[in-house]
Amino acid sequence: MLDQPENFVTIDGRTIGGQLMEMKNITLKFGGVTAIKDISFDIREGEIRAIIGPNGAGKSSMLNVISGFYIPQEGEVWYKGTPRPAMKPFEVARLGVARTFQNIALFEGMTVLDNVMTGRLNHMSAGIAAQALWWGRARAEEIENREKVERVIDFLEIQAIRKTPVGRLPYGLKKRVELARALAAEPSLLLLDEPMAGMNVEEKEDMSRFILDVNDEFGTTIALIEHDMGVVMDLSDRVVVMDYGRKIGDGAPDEVRNDQTVIDAYLGVSHD
Amino acid sequence: MLYRTAGQFKTSYKADQALFPVRQDAVLLAIILTFAWVIFPLTASEFAFQTLLIPIMIYALAAMGLNILTGYAGQLSLGTAAFMGVGAYACYKMITLMPWLNPVVAILLSGVFSAGIGVVFGIPSLRIKGFYLAIATLAAQFFLVWLFEKWSWLYNDNASGAIQVPNLEMFGTYIAGPQAASVTEYYVVLFVVSLLTLLCINLTRGTLGRTWKATRDMDIAAELIGINLMKSKLTAFAISSYIVGVAGALYVFMWKGAAEPNVFDIPLSFQVLFIAIIGGLGSILGNFLGAILIVGLPVILNLLPAAIGVQIDSAMVEHLNVMIIGSLIIFFLIVEPHGLAALWRLIREKLIIWPFPH
Repeated sequence: MLDQPENFVTIDGRTIGGQLMEMKNITLKFGGVTAIKDISFDIREGEIRAIIGPNGAGKSSMLNVISGFYIPQEGEVWYKGTPRPAMKPFEVARLGVARTFQNIALFEGMTVLDNVMTGRLNHMSAGIAAQALWWGRARAEEIENREKVERVIDFLEIQAIRKTPVGRLPYGLKKRVELARALAAEPSLLLLDEPMAGMNVEEKEDMSRFILDVNDEFGTTIALIEHDMGVVMDLSDRVVVMDYGRKIGDGAPDEVRNDQTVIDAYLGVSHD
Repeated sequence: MLYRTAGQFKTSYKADQALFPVRQDAVLLAIILTFAWVIFPLTASEFAFQTLLIPIMIYALAAMGLNILTGYAGQLSLGTAAFMGVGAYACYKMITLMPWLNPVVAILLSGVFSAGIGVVFGIPSLRIKGFYLAIATLAAQFFLVWLFEKWSWLYNDNASGAIQVPNLEMFGTYIAGPQAASVTEYYVVLFVVSLLTLLCINLTRGTLGRTWKATRDMDIAAELIGINLMKSKLTAFAISSYIVGVAGALYVFMWKGAAEPNVFDIPLSFQVLFIAIIGGLGSILGNFLGAILIVGLPVILNLLPAAIGVQIDSAMVEHLNVMIIGSLIIFFLIVEPHGLAALWRLIREKLIIWPFPH
C-alpha cells in the first residue's frame, strides 16, 4: 500500500481512515454517581468499533454522550477534527450521527415505510404550505426520498413488510427496521446499542451480515455495544473495554482478548 | 368483491403516494362528495340543514383540529372550546372593525389569532406531557372564557354581553346573519371544511405528519433521530388551534348566529374530545364519523318515537337520549377502542379479501 495516506492505519490487514470522532477525557456524573471516569478513545473513519464491558460499566452512557443525549461534565467530544460544542440531540443527529436503541424505539403507530422515512427527515426541507398542498418541492421530495428509502429497504430485505404497522412485527424484524431507519439518514457515524440483544443464532447471523455489509458497501463508520463476545470479536476492528466507568482496554480484538485486566474484569479475580 | 384491489398495480412512487391509491376509495369519496355538494343542498329541509348537516360539518372540523394535536402529535388538550371561542371573537371583531372584509376570508383569518394563542398555551407542552398537560390546557379554557366575559371590547360593549352575527353579504347574497338562507350557509361551511380537510390530509401524510407521529409514539427516539421536539409540538399547537379557531368562527357565524361566553365552556371541549376519541384518534375520516354519531344520533333518537307512533313526552325523550348515547359510546369503545375509523379500516381490509379468509 504505497499511496496510503499518512493518517490511515492498518489493523489485521484492514485499512481504516483517519479520526472521525475523538473522546477526550470524558467524565460523566449523575449526582454523586460517576458513570464515566476520564475516558479517552477515538473512532476512525470506516471502522467497526466495539464498546464492551460487564453490566453497569457505563457503555450505554458512553453511547449517549456520543449521540448528545448526555452532556459530560468534563472532557470534549471532537468530531471531524473540531471540538463539538454542547448541543441538543437533534442537532447532533443533523451532523450525521444516527443510532439504534437497546430497547427498540420505533414509532409503533406508523408503518415500516413511514418509520424509515422519518430517518430521512433531515434531508427534507419543504415548507408547511408546500406540504399542505402536496405540491412542488414537497411532492418532489417525497418521491426522491422514497427512492432512497426503498434502497435501504431492499438492502435489509424488508420489502414484504413495508406497509405493515410496526406494532404488528416480531422482535427480530423490529430490530432490522430500526437499523433501516438509522441507515436511511445516511449517517457518517452509526451507533448500535446492543443490536443482537434477545436474538436467536440465525437472527444474530443475519444481523452480523447486515452490519458488515453496511460497513462494506456504504463505508459507514459503526460504533456498537454488544454482549455476545463471539460477535464482537468477529465483527469489530478495534474494541474498547470498560469496567466501572473506566477504560481498561483498547485495541484489536486479539489484543483485548488476551489482556489480563480484561479477563479479570469479566471473570472476576480473587483478592487474597 | 367490490373492494378487490387485485390488478391495480403501481409502477411509480408517485402513483403509490397518490391520495387514493385504491380505485374503490376514490369512487366512494366521489359518491360522498356528490351527495354533499349536489344532492343534499337540493333535497335537504331547513331542519336537516340546521340540526344535522351544518353542525356535523362544524363539529367534525373542530374535532379534526383537536385530532391533529392529540391524535397525531400526542399532546392531550382540554382547551378546544376556548380556542373555538378565540376564533369566533376574532372573526366578530374583524367583521365589525372592517366591514368591507370578505366574510369567508375573515373566517379563514380568524384561525390565525387562535393559532397564536394556541402556541402560547402550548409552551408548557415542552416540559410536561399526558394528563399534566391536559390540566395546563384547562388553564386556557378557564382563562379565555373569563376573558370573553370581562373584556367588553371583544363584544363591542354590547349590553347583552353576547356577540351577534350581522347580515353579511357576498356577491349580492346574504351568507351569514338572520337573513341568510341555510343552503348558502351550508355551502360556505362545506367549502371551508372541504378545503381544510384536504390540507390536513396532505399535512398528516407528509414530513410534518411523520414528525408529529414520531413525537407522539416515542419522543426520545424522535429527538435522537433529529426531530426538534419544540418545533414539532408548537407547529402542532399552531395548526390545531388554527383549525379549531376556524371551526369556532363557523360555529357562531354559520350556525348559532349569536354566542355568549359560556357557549365556549368546558362541555363543548368535552364534546369535541368525545367526537375525536369515538371517531378515532390519529385519523381524519374518524372526525366525520364521530361527528355523525355524536351530533346525528340525538336528532334521530328524538324523531324516532313519533315516527313509530309511540307517545312519549319530550322530557322523557331527552332522558332516554342521554342514556342511549352514553351506553352506545361505551359499546363502541369496547368493540373498537381505536374508534370508528379503525372499525372502518378493519371492515375495509376484510372486504378487500372477501370472501376468502386470507
